Amino acid sequence: MNAVRRGGLGLVAWLAGIVFFLPIAWMALTSFHSEEDAATNPPSFGAAFTLDGYREFFGMDGGASPWPSLINSTVASVSSTLLVLVLALPAAYALSIRPVKRWTDVLFFFLSTKMLPVVAGLLPIYLFARNTGLLDNIWLLVVLYTSMNLPIAVWMLQSFLSEVPTAVVEAAKVDGARLPTVLARVVAPMALPGIAATALICFIFSWNELLFARVLTGVVAETAPVFLTGFITSQGLFLAKVCAASLVVSLPVLAAGFAAQDKLIQGLSLGAVK
Amino acid sequence: MTATTTAPIAPPPVRVEHRPRSDRLRAWATRAPLLPALIFMIVVTQLPFVATLVISFFDWNSLYPDARRFTGLSNYAEVLTDPDLRQSVGTTILLTAAVVLASLALGLVLALLLDRRFKGRGVVRTLLIAPFLVVPVAAALLWKHVLYNPEYGLLNGLLHYVGGPQPDWISNTPLLAVEAALVWQWTPFMMLILLAGLQSRDQEQIEAARVDGASDWQIFRHLTLPHLRRYLELGALLGSIYIVQNFDAVFTITSGGLGTANLPYTVYQSFYQAHENGLASAAGVLVVIGSIIIATFALRVVSSLFREEVSRA
Repeated sequence: MNAVRRGGLGLVAWLAGIVFFLPIAWMALTSFHSEEDAATNPPSFGAAFTLDGYREFFGMDGGASPWPSLINSTVASVSSTLLVLVLALPAAYALSIRPVKRWTDVLFFFLSTKMLPVVAGLLPIYLFARNTGLLDNIWLLVVLYTSMNLPIAVWMLQSFLSEVPTAVVEAAKVDGARLPTVLARVVAPMALPGIAATALICFIFSWNELLFARVLTGVVAETAPVFLTGFITSQGLFLAKVCAASLVVSLPVLAAGFAAQDKLIQGLSLGAVK
Repeated sequence: MTATTTAPIAPPPVRVEHRPRSDRLRAWATRAPLLPALIFMIVVTQLPFVATLVISFFDWNSLYPDARRFTGLSNYAEVLTDPDLRQSVGTTILLTAAVVLASLALGLVLALLLDRRFKGRGVVRTLLIAPFLVVPVAAALLWKHVLYNPEYGLLNGLLHYVGGPQPDWISNTPLLAVEAALVWQWTPFMMLILLAGLQSRDQEQIEAARVDGASDWQIFRHLTLPHLRRYLELGALLGSIYIVQNFDAVFTITSGGLGTANLPYTVYQSFYQAHENGLASAAGVLVVIGSIIIATFALRVVSSLFREEVSRA
């Protein structure tokens, strides 16, 4: 009886998983169909495979190429993630391994800035960018994405670094190791998985961002999400192309997300949940 | 023992008034690694908000820059009395509440299902997380074109098999259409938080209750639910903070039309298209006030979980 019920609930879980995944599976399947097969009712599940949707999306049959926007997104996400780590690692060190006085207050200040909505500063930032000629400049996005992710990174790294036992650090110092050596040889290896997860989560948030990119970029610095907004109004038969586009743009996030799966929730809950 | 447990101990109270220079130097050396990040955050996030606050007191349309003048609180009065803007305040509350509650409830059910051992649990977990890892604009496009399309969308395609109606989802129920897409993306987030909560339960206590003859429902009602309370609060508050700011789904699925414009979209539209800088800023400040109210509670929950974590370590 109990075993039957347990099996039944497992089946329900499987069903739920399939229902939630169905839109993504359908998106992937449609991206490999021809436009005619993609736009049928009832849906054509078994239609022939073709790469036309991808060819269309990548502009091989004319039309705008998504490559500049994909490269911009990569530059913005990778650079801001690196900048976040450069700023957050020393800060997290000063909040965990060698803490300043009232370190919890500082930590909560960082968290409170994350609760300030993007629209709170959007207009002044736009006016500033317009007056200084920084509109449509990818480096402005790098700075803004850094500010968006820095609180998350400080919180995550603080919780990862405080898992490094002080006794180990002290022992290395007693043995005569200098601080840089202690950091590189003792702290870094222990905290590396946490640092990697932090970087992946910052990358995801930067890659996904739309509002800043939409307002502050134009032709030159357009990012991949902004490129996708070109598909908002229907353009005749274009479902396969939309599916190919959505999938290609989401691939880096899916890859980063699954790589950070175990630490994902610790980062998203700002370290409150482990 | 970790660094965090030893940290908050106050230094011995010696020679308060005549502190030697080396001590002060050392204090600054401890603080130094913190300063770049702190200064960066203040400059990039706090200064623009102060500017928004100042602009919100001005009547300022960027098409008529010479007509800029101080108007006190009249922008706020306009935001709160203008029917369109008032509606966007209501839409924001409705959208946020509906998405948070629905994804929290669904997330709880999924977390309870995933908390049990069954064949392929890891695979199901991966399938369930995937919606959260689709780029938000791409997810909105997927719902708008591929699922909701009245002629050849998947939803009507599936309805076709059972001989159901063929509704035009976005035109008939625009807000619900946006909400459903957001619930799909945010349920995995809630599930992960609640799953972490379920897995931090005291297993011995549950075992003891079971030995004493408690039923599954009694265990859920009297042990699991009280334990989960703070995780539910955390999920609700973090979800609210993220969803109250939502721009991508509204912008993509309905372009703010059909009564779905929320405050972030309205702020975007009023300065980007209508060039009403003062009004946009006042609306932005209102979003911030709403967020601060939610955030105050959120910070309290985070800090109680955080302190528990520190004292347990």
